[in-house]
Amino acid sequence: MIDRRKFLKKAIWFIPAAGLFRHFVKEGHAKPATEGYDPANHLYGMGIDIDKCIGCGRCVEACKTENNVPKEPFFTRTWVERYTIKKDGSVEVENIESRKGKVGEKTTEADVLRSFFVPKLCNQCEHPPCVQVCPVNATFSTEDGVVLVDSKRCIGCRYCIQACPYGARYLHPETRTADKCTFCYHRIVKGLLPACVEVCPTQARIFGDLRSMASRLVRFKRTKRIHVLKAHLNTEPKVYYGNLDGEVR
Amino acid sequence: MNRELLERLAEHLNEVTGFIYPNEVEIHWSILVVVYPYITGLVAGAFILASLVQVFNVKEVQPTYRLALLTALAFLIIAPLPLLLHLGHPFRSYEIFLTPQPKSAMAMFGFVYLWYLMAVLLLELWFEYRKDLVVWSNEAIFPMNWIYRTLSFFSTDISERAVAFDHKAIKIITLIGIPSAFLLHGYVGFIFGSVKANPWWSSVLMPLVFLMSAIVSGIALVVFLYMVIAPLRGEGVDMRCLDRITSFLFYAVIVDFTLEGLDFIHRLYQSEESIKILSRLVTDKLFISLWVIQIFLGMLVPLGIMIAVKSLNFNAELRRLFYFTTVILIQLGIFATRWNVVIGGQLFSKSFRGLTTYKMEVVGIEGLIAALGLLIAPFIILAVFLKIFPASETAEAKEALSS
Amino acid sequence: MLKKIPEQIKRLAIVIASLIAAVITVRYVVLPSSLIDMQFHHRSTVEREVAKNIAFAGATVCGTCHVDQMAKKSKGYHKNVNCETCHGAAQTHIENPANKPSAPRGREFCAFCHAYDPSRPTGFPQINPVVHNPLKPCTTCHSPHDPVPTEAPRECSACHAQIANIKSASPHALIGCTTCHTAPAQHKISPRSVAPTKPESREFCAKCHAKEANRKDAPKIDFASHGERFLCWECHYPHLPERSATKR
Repeated sequence: MIDRRKFLKKAIWFIPAAGLFRHFVKEGHAKPATEGYDPANHLYGMGIDIDKCIGCGRCVEACKTENNVPKEPFFTRTWVERYTIKKDGSVEVENIESRKGKVGEKTTEADVLRSFFVPKLCNQCEHPPCVQVCPVNATFSTEDGVVLVDSKRCIGCRYCIQACPYGARYLHPETRTADKCTFCYHRIVKGLLPACVEVCPTQARIFGDLRSMASRLVRFKRTKRIHVLKAHLNTEPKVYYGNLDGEVR
Repeated sequence: MNRELLERLAEHLNEVTGFIYPNEVEIHWSILVVVYPYITGLVAGAFILASLVQVFNVKEVQPTYRLALLTALAFLIIAPLPLLLHLGHPFRSYEIFLTPQPKSAMAMFGFVYLWYLMAVLLLELWFEYRKDLVVWSNEAIFPMNWIYRTLSFFSTDISERAVAFDHKAIKIITLIGIPSAFLLHGYVGFIFGSVKANPWWSSVLMPLVFLMSAIVSGIALVVFLYMVIAPLRGEGVDMRCLDRITSFLFYAVIVDFTLEGLDFIHRLYQSEESIKILSRLVTDKLFISLWVIQIFLGMLVPLGIMIAVKSLNFNAELRRLFYFTTVILIQLGIFATRWNVVIGGQLFSKSFRGLTTYKMEVVGIEGLIAALGLLIAPFIILAVFLKIFPASETAEAKEALSS
Repeated sequence: MLKKIPEQIKRLAIVIASLIAAVITVRYVVLPSSLIDMQFHHRSTVEREVAKNIAFAGATVCGTCHVDQMAKKSKGYHKNVNCETCHGAAQTHIENPANKPSAPRGREFCAFCHAYDPSRPTGFPQINPVVHNPLKPCTTCHSPHDPVPTEAPRECSACHAQIANIKSASPHALIGCTTCHTAPAQHKISPRSVAPTKPESREFCAKCHAKEANRKDAPKIDFASHGERFLCWECHYPHLPERSATKR
């Protein structure tokens, strides 16, 4: 029969046992990302020139190839929307992926007032609502302005997916964690362009460093009337649309 | 890759009307996330009912006091399970406690839940049952006597002074407990209400609506349980108690109805951009669950019944029948409320241009059977509790009631 | 004083105190900081992200070996189209030249970009793949690295297909583009550097539409009183003008 004294005497061993355990569990260390790369010197953004997008879909395909995104249409890091604004005021929107293989089918022009393509992707917001709601800090903003997801810590609660106003996030069916466009972070820190910018045939996507003195993106922001999506939500997106139409949501 | 998932999503895609962002074809928060606020609502509501006895000295409700506390505990134990089951990585869920992100409502909710569980509910139950635990530990046989003894922390003092102290402690805990219960379920409302991306959820009233509907469902549940358990125990149903509780239920339903009506009228009047797609949502996708179940069956019919009972003079048997019907309808209605908020908020696109569908699986970890299991489990736990910690009227309570 | 505290409170206090002590010990003493430190997690996420595989090699690398093709491409209309846009991801080819990238030659490939689609911006060269030299591979007349067609397009519709389509079903169908627009030769070579002209005066449209004009089938209006200050095309769309004189 154990009485109080004996119990406490046995329990006191818990403390050195804990210390011993602590000693043997390995401490972790992290190395810097790339030699000679200082994230504090960069702030990445993207410009989209609506006047140039031809809706070919190369960007969507390239992103899936580069980033191991499932090929099915239910998961995507970037997509292109087609807007058709008719003379009677009605607006039709479709995702161009859904018309794959059926090029050139829409030919009734007489009713159309305006029509154009709008590429969409994660806006890498300066005040990201997804980072705000993540319960475990698995999604975070880097110093150079990219929002990343730690797939080793994400618990798959999907709150960030609900909180994103742009529909840019999805749950990766294999890792069961949240996933989204990273501006091809693994490419840009090495001086390459994101895959979607790389393959765009008309240079409708303009990638650049907002902290740089000489940057195509900075020029884009100087010469165009710039719009961002859902500005009223105060997320401060870093994807800047030039010549964006008011009907775009 | 999960074939079944892909097939289900392909079916969803076929039933999309209008335009949705491509990633929105998957409904992320499923029936499990509907069950979760329903359960925490019952917890908060049951506790508020219990607090009526302690803080507001509503003596007629005393027969249901212990039952309400045990109900709250049984449901609170099950409450994290639907969340765990729906996570992509349930075994990483400890991270919420280890490295919470302080700005996240969901992270902070973990601590609110723990606080409520430990500092309020368990503590209050301990003080309430301590004297009986000591008494039972002397009377019971092995192993129950050891269980009682451990649970009472080996306490032995059951003098009048000690018991009086227990009662005072309960009063203080309840006083802290009421705002804690408000926080517990109001927080769940905040988790939805703070999502600015979703106009169906984003509303200042959301925490209040959640809280009031929680109180309604909690009170209704305790009434239901009392009406089922008391006959099983051989006791009669105390009609004075039942009438009083149903009175509170009536007022709670009125407040809840007012709040929801206010939200609705406000939206319609302001008529912001999202009103068009939300109107389509409410008339197309949510017609049955909102108008028929939540509003008509869940609120208007119970209100009508309770008004009739209050104004006309029915005999006890008829009143019992009406009360029983009312509380069942209310449970259906509140469950439908949760469904309409959680699922409804995901059925329309954030582009405001399209609607999708939710096809609930039947088997599978997030399916109907899992949800039903989670809803039934607390009753089983409650049955075990009632066996070990009987909640029948103690002699003291009987005395207090008759004075 | 200690005697006055009820016995159950003392016991409860011990339980609560040991619980709190256990939690604090585990959280701050037992658990290694690598499990908890957010900076560490973020840095290691960045590390993992940066270590990911690269699939696309980039525009400049191809020219180090394929000098001729790059030189040819850099002078033509496809100079801003990167090699991997058509040839697909080629990083594996850089690492091991035996892994040849694809070289698409079928008609449906060029049609991805060049098939007529009314949402495409005006001025982008588009053809109707059904009627434009059907069955022949595009490469018969167009070299992908320098796609200038064998003959310069006679008609504006080669690049302005949407306008041509709209106009072809309108009352102005038989009026050639050059009747109203003067396009310098430079426009066919470098379209964005010089734009064709638009009529600058009301008198231009009056040539057909004034009351005194000779053109029999053109609707007539009184130019003195109708929309005096404005150019006609500021209201009327010349590529699809209204059929009758009724107001909108």
